[in-house]
Amino acid sequence: MDAAPARVRPLAVAIHALGGEGGGVLADWLVDLAEHGGYLAQATSVPGVAQRTGATIYYVELFPRAAAEQAGRAPVLALMPAPGDVDVVVASELMEAARAVQRGFVTPDRTLLIASTHRSYAMTEKLALADGRADSAALLESCRQAARALVAFDMAAIAEATRSVISAVLLGALAGSGALPFPRADFEAAIRRGGIGVGASLAAFAAGFDAARRGGATMPAAVEAAATRAPSAGRVRLPAWAETLPPECRDPIRLGIERTLDYQDADYARDYAGRLEPIHALEARRGDGSLRLLAETARQLALAMAYEDTFRVAELKTRPARFARVRDELGVTDGQILEIAEYFHPRTQEIADTLPAGLGAWLLRTAWAREAVDRFTARGRTVRTTSLAGFLPLHLLARFKRWRRRSLRFAAEQADIAAWLAAVAKCAEADYALAVELARARGLVKGYGDTHARGRARFARLMDMARRLQGQPAGAQRFAALHRAALADETGEALDRAIAGLDRSRSPTA
Amino acid sequence: MAERSFKKEVEKLRLGAGQEFRGEGILAVTKALLQSGVSYVSGYQGAPISHLVDVLADASDILAELGVRFEASANEAAATATLGASINYPLRGAATFKGPVGVNVASDALANLASAGVRGGALVIVGEDYGEGSSIMQERSHAFALKSQVWLLDPRPDLPSIVRAVEKGFELSEASATPVMLLLRIRACHVYGSFVARDNLRPAFGLKDALDRPQRALERVVLPPASYVQEREKVEQRWPAAVRFVEEQRLNEMFPGEADDIGIVLQGGMYNTTLRALELLGLADVYGSSRVPLYVLNVTYPLVDGELGRFCAGKKAILIVEEGQPDFIEQAVNAMLRRADIQTRVEGKGMLPMAGEYTGGVVREGLRRFVEAHRPDLLERRAGDARAAQRLAEAQKTASANVHGRPPSFCTGCPERPIFAAMKLVERELGPHHVSGDIGCHLFSVFPPFNIGASTLGYGLGAASAAALDAPGGRRAIAMVGDGGFWHNGLASSVGNAVFNKSDNVLVVVDNGYSAATGGQDVPSSKADNALRATRNPIERAVRGIGVDWVRTLTRTYDVAAMRDALKEALTTEAKGPKVVIAQSECMLNRQRRERPQMRARAEAGERVVRERFGVDADTCTGDHSCIRLSGCPSLTLAPNPDKLRREPVTKVVDSCVGCGLCGEVAHAAALCPSFYRASVVTNPTAWDRFKARLNAALIGWLQGGSAVPT
Repeated sequence: MDAAPARVRPLAVAIHALGGEGGGVLADWLVDLAEHGGYLAQATSVPGVAQRTGATIYYVELFPRAAAEQAGRAPVLALMPAPGDVDVVVASELMEAARAVQRGFVTPDRTLLIASTHRSYAMTEKLALADGRADSAALLESCRQAARALVAFDMAAIAEATRSVISAVLLGALAGSGALPFPRADFEAAIRRGGIGVGASLAAFAAGFDAARRGGATMPAAVEAAATRAPSAGRVRLPAWAETLPPECRDPIRLGIERTLDYQDADYARDYAGRLEPIHALEARRGDGSLRLLAETARQLALAMAYEDTFRVAELKTRPARFARVRDELGVTDGQILEIAEYFHPRTQEIADTLPAGLGAWLLRTAWAREAVDRFTARGRTVRTTSLAGFLPLHLLARFKRWRRRSLRFAAEQADIAAWLAAVAKCAEADYALAVELARARGLVKGYGDTHARGRARFARLMDMARRLQGQPAGAQRFAALHRAALADETGEALDRAIAGLDRSRSPTA
Repeated sequence: MAERSFKKEVEKLRLGAGQEFRGEGILAVTKALLQSGVSYVSGYQGAPISHLVDVLADASDILAELGVRFEASANEAAATATLGASINYPLRGAATFKGPVGVNVASDALANLASAGVRGGALVIVGEDYGEGSSIMQERSHAFALKSQVWLLDPRPDLPSIVRAVEKGFELSEASATPVMLLLRIRACHVYGSFVARDNLRPAFGLKDALDRPQRALERVVLPPASYVQEREKVEQRWPAAVRFVEEQRLNEMFPGEADDIGIVLQGGMYNTTLRALELLGLADVYGSSRVPLYVLNVTYPLVDGELGRFCAGKKAILIVEEGQPDFIEQAVNAMLRRADIQTRVEGKGMLPMAGEYTGGVVREGLRRFVEAHRPDLLERRAGDARAAQRLAEAQKTASANVHGRPPSFCTGCPERPIFAAMKLVERELGPHHVSGDIGCHLFSVFPPFNIGASTLGYGLGAASAAALDAPGGRRAIAMVGDGGFWHNGLASSVGNAVFNKSDNVLVVVDNGYSAATGGQDVPSSKADNALRATRNPIERAVRGIGVDWVRTLTRTYDVAAMRDALKEALTTEAKGPKVVIAQSECMLNRQRRERPQMRARAEAGERVVRERFGVDADTCTGDHSCIRLSGCPSLTLAPNPDKLRREPVTKVVDSCVGCGLCGEVAHAAALCPSFYRASVVTNPTAWDRFKARLNAALIGWLQGGSAVPT
């Protein structure tokens, strides 16, 4: 120890990956690369059941062979990362990068953090009734704060573009970062020796290398899932009163007009704009200048009027642009043939909803007729929309949407909408902020079948609560808390508890 | 081993004297067994020792050359009972499984083996599944070594040390007539390193020699009066012999250091972590030279009193680095020093945590405390960077507030997922039922999105653990068991037990064709042919054979409606006795391992290949995510909503989808929403395919053109 030359320390690399992402392959490449580059390498992992989609760490330590030979002894290499003792953390996903930060493996004095900024959502994020996603900006910020240096970009996108795997992009980024004492050619040689998917891996490696060379940390631009553009837009003009509104209020109104026009017809779009006019008048009288009520009502009214029914589904499923989008999403090439089978399960309720109101109501209350239809709708159906036999019925149903105004569902929806709008207007007279929340809460009503029934029932309870909260202190905040509770679980227990809690807190004065 | 080949690893077992072996720790153990001249190896798979079992299962050629029998045992008790061959014959043998769960199951055989004593070396190789990534209760196999008096090796976690432990373990076993347990932690099993190989050894006395000249000795049978004699023999002869061997062969290591008034006693397995911690504190160099003297226990039982006394001589304090609890070593050292009237202070669990894995950070902190208490002069005072510390603290706070847990979950396309989706649907109709879990992938059902399962009591014990919950007029309890657990212990302990006790409960057997959680090994009911094992023994036949009358076998778990109906019937039928639902579909991980390369090859050869996968129409999806709550498939994820009027993300199916069809079936069974579609992409279509597609496209295009003008 006394006569030790310049202190040579092992180079520690921790790979944070999700099971099945190829973290093991990356560790193997590193070991091979090091051994061919004059280094001793030790790698460990903890696979087991953590492999099944869980977070996994692979850990590699490298040590110059020459130094060990000079010392005449083998170095003692660690089997797991220790906080403060990691040179490079490689994270295959943004939340895993933040997890490495949370566990203390990324430190400002030492650690280069190489991370992909794409998200692979955790189960708890995915199963929310609305939006349960973690804040990506905060995750990235924690990485930026903790790391000595950060190289972060969307490596999943590169892997997809190069038809390769993320581990190859990560290796490229590692090479490009210059953190390891090996030239680029050595990295590529390791991939070649690996022998599996060499061409694609090299392309992904090169793209990762270049991106890391450009340096810095960038968030992926919000990539939006492609939607099929409505074919007909712009045939109903924005009403004069809306022309002068600021864009954050005018845009939802314009979108709402386009939506209702596409959904039904020009009359329906004019109807939409007409229903917003009293809200606009309210803004002038009761608003706080933010126009939040008008913007939120415009958004929710459009969604409410363009409710999901059989005509709409049939129309959306049979548009030419929709087929093009599916081809595009699946990367179907010219030589390949695409067949699409839709999974439908219309129940008697949906069929009655589609019928003219009188007939639909009769079907629902007439036992023998209902049973007959029930038998027919007991099981779901798959419909091949890429074959004429499957396409035609849907196509015809879509063409029949002009009958929608006479349908049982239409009447019910319009009554609901009118009640909601009246409640919003009444509420706004007394409590503007609460009215905004009530407008927003209409978003609970969405979807199909049981989902729709659940949302509708929950929204009805919230309408009730809005009435009770009118004129109460902090009514808007308390209502917003109820709205969150309504979205907390599928069973409705959270909402029950929240309402019970509200009742308890009021009871002493009641 | 139907779907994975270990031929590459098997080749490493052939390395001869002087050649460098490179690979994982557990494979090095396998090679060391052959170098030691074993006659037989038995094992039950499980992380982290599955690799040993898997590789030997693929190494029939080498095993035949060396005259070695390999047993893929039914369970750990069977694996350990196999070591009975070493009681009467000079045969070396090894049994392997994971600990401590495997040792729990093995303990009956282990205790009898230890009492009888052995003639040939008997090694029990335990992969201790403790700490990060472990899937079992956190305990120590150490206790079993103590109670049955089986010597315990805990070597330094590098390949030369591990290989030496195997070789010396056999010698120790033979020198003391006692079985030896070799304990390897998870990371030691998976560590990649190298050692210089020796030639494999064909045993001089083979299995055939034993069979042709059978021997017996009454004093080796565990029955009075021999059992009383055996106990005395254990302490009077075998123990001293073992201590002598350990000391003479210097199996433990002592490293001097300049700060010789203190010292560290550590388990061999903790060596690398301890040395790194010392190095980070400035108390050791990277090659293992420590300023603080070290006593490395590569043998953690028996302890060698003489060595310990010598190490403690002149020391005011020692620190014991012993992972897990109870602190067996610390207690023993305290007792020994007290008996010898040595006044060295013993520090251990007071400086280091009593429970939990000893990671690098934990050990560094414990060592720092110890040195600060007894030799503060050794520690360099380094000024910390307060700004950096502040930055780090903030970063960790932000990360903690936003990071979600990621418990393990069912793989993409897993056939077990639809079983639990069906159970969710049944729950909606009939209300919640008590569900007892078992061991295996199916236990992931306890996590979101399913939240099903209240307990797990052991492998194959699912139904047994619901046995008490059986009351007239009450709702029926449901128990789960996998095919792995079924054959391990479940047939007798869960099914036979339920029949005999006239249970009224429901047992769901997940029959996916493999012991899937441990790496896809074959079980007796596996569907694949296996030249070395007898497969294709249907579970239904076994269940009926043991006396169950009400059995429903579903051959496609993805049929959620059928699954739901079968469960409903089992829960409501008037029939008496246990109700068994056998849910069959092949483990998707293994199926993909087999089919994916075949599909690729056929596509490249120009053959017609159809790939199915699912998709969600972003236009019709309203972002409620019911489908995710009923499925939880990793290929179902979120995407930003393309509809500017909506805020919540839509569901998206990513390309990892294997087209199992569950999302569609769930959408049907639960009448969810019309957003799911199945896409079939035909590569190398036939002329008829192309004609049909062109005709349909033309007709549909004509209709679409006609509808372009809105009403």
